[in-house]
Amino acid sequence: MTRTLLMIGTRKGLFLLASERDRSAWRIRGPFCESWPIYHAIHDPGSGTVFAAAASDWHGSAVWRSSDLGETWAFSSEGIGFPDDDPRSVSKLSTLAVQDGRVLVGAEAPGIFASGDGGESWSLLTTLAGQPGSEAWDDPANQPPGHLGVSAIMPDPDDPSAFLTIVQGIGAFETADGGETWSPRNRGLRADWPRPHEEVGFCVHRLVRAPSDRDRLYQQNHVGVHRSDDGGRSWTEITDGLPSEFGFAAAVHPHDRDTFYVIPLDPGHARCMPEGHAAVWRTSNAGGSWQRLDRGLPQENAHLGVLRAAMAIDREDVPGLYFGTSTGQLYASFDEGQTWSELADYLPAIWSVEVATIE
Amino acid sequence: MAEVHLPATLAPLFAGLPRRVEVDATTVADAIAALEQRWPGLRDRLLEPGPSIRRHIHVYVDRERAGLESRISQDSRVDVIAAISGG
Repeated sequence: MTRTLLMIGTRKGLFLLASERDRSAWRIRGPFCESWPIYHAIHDPGSGTVFAAAASDWHGSAVWRSSDLGETWAFSSEGIGFPDDDPRSVSKLSTLAVQDGRVLVGAEAPGIFASGDGGESWSLLTTLAGQPGSEAWDDPANQPPGHLGVSAIMPDPDDPSAFLTIVQGIGAFETADGGETWSPRNRGLRADWPRPHEEVGFCVHRLVRAPSDRDRLYQQNHVGVHRSDDGGRSWTEITDGLPSEFGFAAAVHPHDRDTFYVIPLDPGHARCMPEGHAAVWRTSNAGGSWQRLDRGLPQENAHLGVLRAAMAIDREDVPGLYFGTSTGQLYASFDEGQTWSELADYLPAIWSVEVATIE
Repeated sequence: MAEVHLPATLAPLFAGLPRRVEVDATTVADAIAALEQRWPGLRDRLLEPGPSIRRHIHVYVDRERAGLESRISQDSRVDVIAAISGG
């Protein structure tokens, strides 16, 4: 039986929402993971395991896992930690990915750990040591929490040794050899602050790749929305037409590389949707123009924030688009963003939304 | 045997872990090592690498705030508290 599974990482645990393939009725379960704060959760289609990256203020960081879609859970932090001579500590596990049979988890302070045994044990894969900007994130004075963690890992669909990653406040980097060596991927981005290095110093909030074209990437940056047509080697700004250059979440259409969604936010302290009017914005021409999509979303006193990992899109013919808010609402659209409905309310603050189709 | 009182947040993480455990130990570090023997992985939930006690975990021996090297006697009470960490 095919169904759609939503994994909602919140400040108070992981929630799972499941639906039949028509996505018309959803069953909510949770909180899981003993209500630890969950920064990201994914489903590994190879093993069927749900992984959740967690960091408890009391009990530290760990990756939780369930091989039966949430019925039972285990956790491990074995091997998650920097070497004894490294004064930094792991204050948070932020992001997960699966590539070539191994699970990757990104940490703050910046590091990526890998597990080849389904999450039972981990080992340090890389700290991106020596990359421009690493003198800032390697500085023990910036830890913890330095807010300079690895906030995303984006595998290359065509190359099991290649993936992109984001170091917060520094920029995007790509490896072609499984994490041994790295290259900055920030050419053409904008920054409104001094930068000590030419290649880095950019605040990449969210990076997404078009499933229909591996070279087409988009990013929501601290300053602007940007598109790449060459796999991240160069970027072109496409902010013009949006109400704000600032935002976190982003999603790209699974079948149309030119259709891309963002949620612009007030860039000040609020970091909420502008003027209390909730809206998602879509381009259907790779950023040439933008449409506001707000039918079904609250339009009065809706001071909703949506964080970097809190929007997802499924791979159905007419994809479902989902986003969760910092105030615990979960919204979905099943008509390309034209209309929206609320799938859940009163959840804890939502930090991540991922979706999987379970065969 | 010293009596160790553990926080409610710890018990669900390890099968069979009670809130109150008797251990034969002379320091807080020894007591945690004894618990680790019986419930592998427990140490990492209380200690940072180093090791040091996690920032929001507080340990008291006979009502006095304690560190890893603090002494424990046979009739000590050791309280491990999941301390203030917001709502």
